[in-house]
Amino acid sequence: MRRIYFDHSATTAVDPEVAKIVLEYMSNKFGNPSSVHGFGREAHQAVDIARGQVAALLNAEPNEIFFTSGGTESDNLALKGIAYANRKKGNHIITTQIEHHAIFHTCEYLEKQGFKVTYLPVDENAMISLDDLKKAITDDTILISVMFANNEVGTIQPVKEIGKIAREKGIYFHTDAVQAVGSIPIDVKEMNIDLLSLSGHKFYAPKGTGAIYIRKGVHIEPQQLGGAHERNMRAGTENVPGIAGLGKASELARQNMDENIKVLSGMRDRLIAGITKTIPYVKLNGHPTLRLPGNVNVSFSYVEGESLLLNLDLKGIGASSGSACTSGSLDPSHVLLAMGLKHETAHGSLRISLGKDNTEEDIDYALQVLPPIIEKLRSMSPLYDQALKEKKQA
Amino acid sequence: MYSEKVMDHFTNPRNVGVIDDANGVGEVGNAKCGDIMKIYLKVEDSIIKDVKFKTFGCGAAIATSSMVTEMVKGKTLEEALEISNAAVAEALDGLPPIKMHCSNLAADALHAAIKDYIEKKGK
Repeated sequence: MRRIYFDHSATTAVDPEVAKIVLEYMSNKFGNPSSVHGFGREAHQAVDIARGQVAALLNAEPNEIFFTSGGTESDNLALKGIAYANRKKGNHIITTQIEHHAIFHTCEYLEKQGFKVTYLPVDENAMISLDDLKKAITDDTILISVMFANNEVGTIQPVKEIGKIAREKGIYFHTDAVQAVGSIPIDVKEMNIDLLSLSGHKFYAPKGTGAIYIRKGVHIEPQQLGGAHERNMRAGTENVPGIAGLGKASELARQNMDENIKVLSGMRDRLIAGITKTIPYVKLNGHPTLRLPGNVNVSFSYVEGESLLLNLDLKGIGASSGSACTSGSLDPSHVLLAMGLKHETAHGSLRISLGKDNTEEDIDYALQVLPPIIEKLRSMSPLYDQALKEKKQA
Repeated sequence: MYSEKVMDHFTNPRNVGVIDDANGVGEVGNAKCGDIMKIYLKVEDSIIKDVKFKTFGCGAAIATSSMVTEMVKGKTLEEALEISNAAVAEALDGLPPIKMHCSNLAADALHAAIKDYIEKKGK
């Protein structure tokens, strides 16, 4: 059976060139970068090279990049690090209602520690309002944390403008850019970003790799204590193979970005057009244009997401949903609800996230198998029967 | 995550549809997770001669709906009323814990349909 991976927002396959380097630093060049001997220096050099490669991807300086275990750790470090280092200045943090749980749960933790958090609402396209942001700022605000691009619906926030507002007010600006890094251009200097979280496995590096950008001059309190690794910012022997892989993935992302954006956004738009043309009662979620190149998120009325995913899986397609039944909780996606979707519509959402190895044939296949699956599920749905009945009566 | 039986009933659900001259109809839903099940019964001489269902829900919701219709066909109303959600889950070789309360409403839908039949008959 044909197998197609359409869940690149969840994770990506390690690029063969990246894997080659990872293997090299797992086996032949295995030294501890803190050791003074040649083996150690070899590993240390790999970490330095990777730091430069990640910095180049963001237009940052190498000494502004600190390696972590991934996006979640970077988010924790950014929020807690800023909060604890600036407690005397104020105790107010601004974020949004559509952040990843790594931000949400850290904010909830900080609330228990006495910090106040404002969660900005979003519009029907998952976009925050800059006016809302300005109004939320108080004399106690020490940090604004807004995700660069949403992991579910792909909406890209006006990051440069948010950074400008924060900079003018002397407030630190952090962005969880886990979904954006490697996919779209990011310039931390031009965009007034003070802190940025990234995760390697979202752009063809191994899982368990990540980094945080901290602008030179921004002081944060380290959250993991031990040795002097990462210039005292993050203790623990560096994951050298992973870091070397993250560096290579960053270099490849920078080199191939323009082409990847062109190809992925072309396939994305064809998929959206095909779905909305051939299937009735469907809604595109997220911003129509300001969205990640590989993100398609649609809601099919009268269809439940997990059933849809299972049917797609039976056809060899791996995708994702914002349905409650796939998340381990009973509530559907908080992102879709924040955008104003009704519970029953949010339950029928499908996220298809494309990657560099997807092809036009994959899109053709998806467009071929989706309509009969939707038709089958609707034929079993009492909600669809009801809708058709009401339509007849109207 | 799901047993082979669950996947079998999900992939090839039995008794999907509507009975136009049903004399008992039951509908239940879990307001929070959104699953909705509707069961149609054709009862003759206190025996369930035919049963069909329509379900909006996840894999477990569809599989439990399908399984309960298989379990109940040909049974007396008394026997059918003894079928519990747990019995349906057991017949499917079990369900993941979270699905027990969010998606296994099949026996509730069946009982609601029987109640509807009894009420209609009483009138």
